[in-house]
Order: sequence, then structure tokens, then C-alpha cells
Amino acid sequence: MNIAVLSGKGGTGKTTIATNLALLLEANYVDCDVEEPNGFIFLEPEDIKSRDVEVEIPKIDQEKCILCGDCIEACKFNALAKTKNKIILFDKLCHSCGACGLACPTKAIEYTKRAIGKIEEGKRGNISLKRGIMNIGEPMAVPILKELLKELSEEGINILDSPPGTSCNVVNVLHYAHRALLVTEPTAFGLHDLKMAVELVKRLNIPFGLIINKYDENNPYLKEYMEEENIELIGKIPFRREIAENYSKGQTLIHVEKYRGYFQQIIGNIEEVLL
Amino acid sequence: MKIALSSKGKDLNSSLDLRFGRCEYFIIYDLESDESKIIENQGKHSSGGAGIASAQQLIDQSVDGVISSNIGPNAYELLKNSDIRMYKGKNIPCKLLIESFKRDELEEIKEAGPSQKGVY
Amino acid sequence: MRLGIISGKGGTGKTTIATSIAELEKGSVRIDADVEASNMYLYYEGKDMDKEYFSGSYVAHVDTNLCIQCGICNEVCKFHAIDLGKVNQLKCEGCGACTIVCPEKAISLVEEKTAHIYRTEIPDGNIFRAEMEIGGDGSGLLVSRLRQKAEKYGKNSLTILDGSPGIGCSVIASITGNHWVLIVTEPTKSGLEDFIRVYELTKHFNIPSMACINKYDINEEVTWEIESYCKDNDIPLVGKIPFDETVVQSINQLKPIIYYEDSKANKAIRDMWGRMKEDYIKI
Repeated sequence: MNIAVLSGKGGTGKTTIATNLALLLEANYVDCDVEEPNGFIFLEPEDIKSRDVEVEIPKIDQEKCILCGDCIEACKFNALAKTKNKIILFDKLCHSCGACGLACPTKAIEYTKRAIGKIEEGKRGNISLKRGIMNIGEPMAVPILKELLKELSEEGINILDSPPGTSCNVVNVLHYAHRALLVTEPTAFGLHDLKMAVELVKRLNIPFGLIINKYDENNPYLKEYMEEENIELIGKIPFRREIAENYSKGQTLIHVEKYRGYFQQIIGNIEEVLL
Repeated sequence: MKIALSSKGKDLNSSLDLRFGRCEYFIIYDLESDESKIIENQGKHSSGGAGIASAQQLIDQSVDGVISSNIGPNAYELLKNSDIRMYKGKNIPCKLLIESFKRDELEEIKEAGPSQKGVY
Repeated sequence: MRLGIISGKGGTGKTTIATSIAELEKGSVRIDADVEASNMYLYYEGKDMDKEYFSGSYVAHVDTNLCIQCGICNEVCKFHAIDLGKVNQLKCEGCGACTIVCPEKAISLVEEKTAHIYRTEIPDGNIFRAEMEIGGDGSGLLVSRLRQKAEKYGKNSLTILDGSPGIGCSVIASITGNHWVLIVTEPTKSGLEDFIRVYELTKHFNIPSMACINKYDINEEVTWEIESYCKDNDIPLVGKIPFDETVVQSINQLKPIIYYEDSKANKAIRDMWGRMKEDYIKI
């Protein structure tokens, strides 16, 4: 069972929720924010094993190449270009689609690999922790996400801590999600971006529930929207400066009894509403 | 000898467009025949690699030199590898830059500018 | 003068600060480059003056009259986006591999609408923003088109780009071509790690950057670590803004924080902008 934690807006508390839930549920944790992963700060995995994420790029055999330029026509991403006497590759633009190889009339294109990031895996007690981390300067995170998510454990629960936003990165995480937890903050910005996240999970037919983080009793934000859209509330975590301070130190919350209660309630509701 | 200028408009009175990959047009001027040809820059439609697409167009037109200003690292590498020399121009009418070029007054661009990815 | 505002980590306060600077510097051109979740326009009761359709990518389109369901397209698609001639638009990357191999030439690439671009008119200027389709692609070109649209609106003194979190293609597209980038960070372990990564991104693309620490009093130890890092790397630290509950109020009242006279964040932001103008941002 894969549960994605997403939000639309950045900074609402996805990682806070995802890491604390993983600990309390004894679920595996997967940090899918490969551009800026933070989960390991809180979960402190041991025995970390690291491997490169590689993508395929074309290699042109200059002997077989007749400089016809069909590969350049075929490439929709401007990754190939023709100088006076050879074809050159702009590797960061390559989407590894293979169209160039298919177009080449002389079979002059073979594929080799280059690294764009890493996958790191470790353990904490019984749970396994995994993350992807993209090399700085690389424009595309999606290949790392695919590598990260392709072999998830089929037993137990995997918490997928998603990146912010609602475009291709998040969509790729949601392709693996059976359920979703949407984390929002009760502000105008939070609501605006939440609507996009809701549209996304609905479009992908993923059962979901809402968690309101940094909750303020005096703030009526979200109540109307939730009623209109019939959204299930899974939990609320109040705004407390102390929580922010704990977070800033890289500490999880569940060892503090009053906060543990909030997460236990969330788990109860997840079981009731989503599972 | 043919030189290309990244241009804001369709004739030699138009000003130079300082952006190589996202300019509207290229004016290709033939020094021997004094004739010029206008082509629409294909790079400006590209999601990524605009400079590459633009450079490829000029390579396919067999130009020998380019007058522009902001040429990113990918386009720079491609033009350099094709033995096309690059010259730095200013936001003034293209025909004035051609005159400067003929008098050997233009400075050659010897290294790539910062990446122009995403630049308007 | 073009100033980009980024953070690495989400939720550090980019939009709060970008909007504040835009309000302090009347006549600025505002570009909301956080195209997946644009919030800046919410502060204003603006009028959407023009709406432009934008396509950032292509998707495969199969002519069902020609398709014989041979499945050759399945074999070549690296994205599992086509199955016996049925295209999954969310997975399709528009690479065209299937169009090359289809024996019946039944497949073509069509433009995928990925966003709308708006010029939203507000009392003292405009905001250029985009609304992306859910799952959309092509943020780089979208940011580029936004910037192009903004350029036409007068040779204004200051153009501010409110960026998105992360370090990927949409962030790259919002920092290139700027004179300066301001990195807004927060004093948390996560914030520091993300700050370092996004700073290295600016170095990779050779764009000068400066930093400010928002909500700095939440953790003065980490604030100190960020200050040291900036010192060691010659990154100008132009501001330290205290945590201020009034900011949440200002967001919910949709009124920029600089209009709350008693707010300590307001004072700190004004000080910061003063410092930035004096030493770095020449308008």
C-alpha cells in the first residue's frame, strides 16, 4: 500500500507529516523530493548504500554516420546538432527516448549511459528508508523518480514524501500511489494551491484525505471549501512555535506525548477513511 | 563570406537582437554579393535548447560568422565546433554593424556567456 | 535591473518578500515564475487583461481509422505512454519515437495545451503569471514566454521574478539572465541543506546571488551556521527577518506585510531593501 503525501504549495509540512507517520506506523519511507530531499535529516538512516541513477544517451559511431541529419529531425528536444563534419550531443537536453536511433538509416547510433543523480537506501530499526537526489545543474528529475519508485516493497506501507507543485514530478509519484494525504496550511495561499492538488488526485482517481497543518482555531479558512468539495479531514496539527523549533533542529515530534497524540489520531482516521 | 545577425526585424535597418537563441529573425548577409536573406529563427519556438536550434539553422545555411550578443554555452560550443566565428554586437541597426564588421572593428566573442536557458 | 527570488526549500517566504519589494519599488514589473502554484496575484484585486494560450510540449495523437493495433508503438515507447494505439497523455513526453515506427503512419505529434499566460493589471502596474494544466510540462519555455511578455511593458526600473522551490528546470529558467538572485532561506536544518544546493545551482550558471534569512529567530544556532556559510562563500547576507505572526495575518487579509506599520517583519524587510539598493541593486 503506497500512500503519497503531497501539497501543491511548498512548506506546508509534507516532510513533517511523512516522517512522523512513517515512524509511528513502522512504514517504509521514500523521499521523492529529489531536487531538495530533507527526510533523512529527521529519520537518520543507518548503513546507507548509494548507487548512481543513469540515463541513456546516444553515442554516434562517426564511421557509420553519413551526416544525413535524420537524427536531428527526429529529436524533439534539440539535444542533437550537426556541425560541418560531425553530430554532437547536448546531454542535459536528452530525454532518453530513443527516437534518434530509430531514425538513423545507417544504424550509427548506440546508447551509453550517464549519471544524473543517486539513490540512497538505509534502515532505521525495522523500516527501510530510501531517497533520490538529483545532481545540481540537471534539469530533469523524472528519471530519478522512476528509478526510485520502480521497486517498492509490496508488503506493509510505503510513505511517498512528494515534492511541492502539481506538475510532472508529482504526477510521476502519484502513478505509484494507492492513496494520498494532502497537507495544507490554513491560509489563502495554502487553499489556492490545495485546489490544484485536489484536482490532480481526483483526475488520477486516487482516494485522498486532508491534513491541516499549522492549524489556527480562529481561522475559518478551508472549512467552506472542504464542505463544498466533500473532503475528508484526516487530521489537524495546530500551529505551535515549539513545533517549528523542533523542526528546525531536525527532530521528529512523536517522542513528545502531546504531539504523538495528533499523529495517532491521523493514523486512526487513515485507517477508517482511506484503508 | 556570409555573416548572420540576430535581428529584431526583417531588414538591415532593424536593430540587432542581443539574444541569440530567442531572437525573431536572422539576417544572413553575403559580403561578396551584398545581398541579404531573412530567415525566421526556429529556436524561439523551442522549449529547451533554443540556442542549439538557432545555431543549427545557421550551420545549415553555411554562414561563416555570427554577430549577436548573448550566446549561451550550448550554442557557443556548437558554433565553435563548426568553425563559425562569433562577434559581439550592440543594440543598433544591423547595417551599421555590418559596416563595423567590414572595418574589422567588432570584438570576437571568445567564450560562452552565461546560460540563456529560460531567458526571454 | 532583473532580480530573481528563489529559495530551494518551499515555504521560506519568497512571495512575501517578492511582493514587499515590488510594493516598495513602485513601478516594478512583477513576474510570478512559480508557474505550478502562483500566489502573488492573490494579493491584488487585479483584472486579467489578456489571456494567452501556451503549449510547452507535444503529445502523440493516433488516427484510429489508420491504426491496426499492431503494438509496434508499445515496443519503442520508453515512457509506457502508448498501448496498441491508445495514448496516455500524462505519461507521453512528445518524443515522437512512435511516429517513426508506426507502419500505418497513424501517429502524429500535436501541441499539448499546458498553460494560460495572464497579464493581470493592478493599481500600479502588472503581474505576469501563468496557470499550468495539472501535470503540465515545459516550465522553462513558459517562464521564458512570461518574461518576454513582461519586457514589452515599459522599460521599467526593476523586474522581480518570484520563483518556485527546487533546483530543476523551472528554477533554472527563472534565474538565468538576471542581474541578481536573492535566495530566501529559513533557519532550519532542511532550509540550510536546500539553501546550499540552490546556491550551488546559481554558481553553476554563473549568476551572482545574495541571501536573506527569514524567521531567523526560530533557531539562532542554524542562523549562525547560515551566516558562516555565507561569509565563507562571499555571499552577501542582506537581511535577517524575525518571525512575525502578523505575516500570516497579512497573507489572509491579502495585504502585503509592508503596510502593517507595527510589524517587525515589515521593518526588517524595508531595512533589507534599503541595504540591497545601496550596495547591490542599481536601478
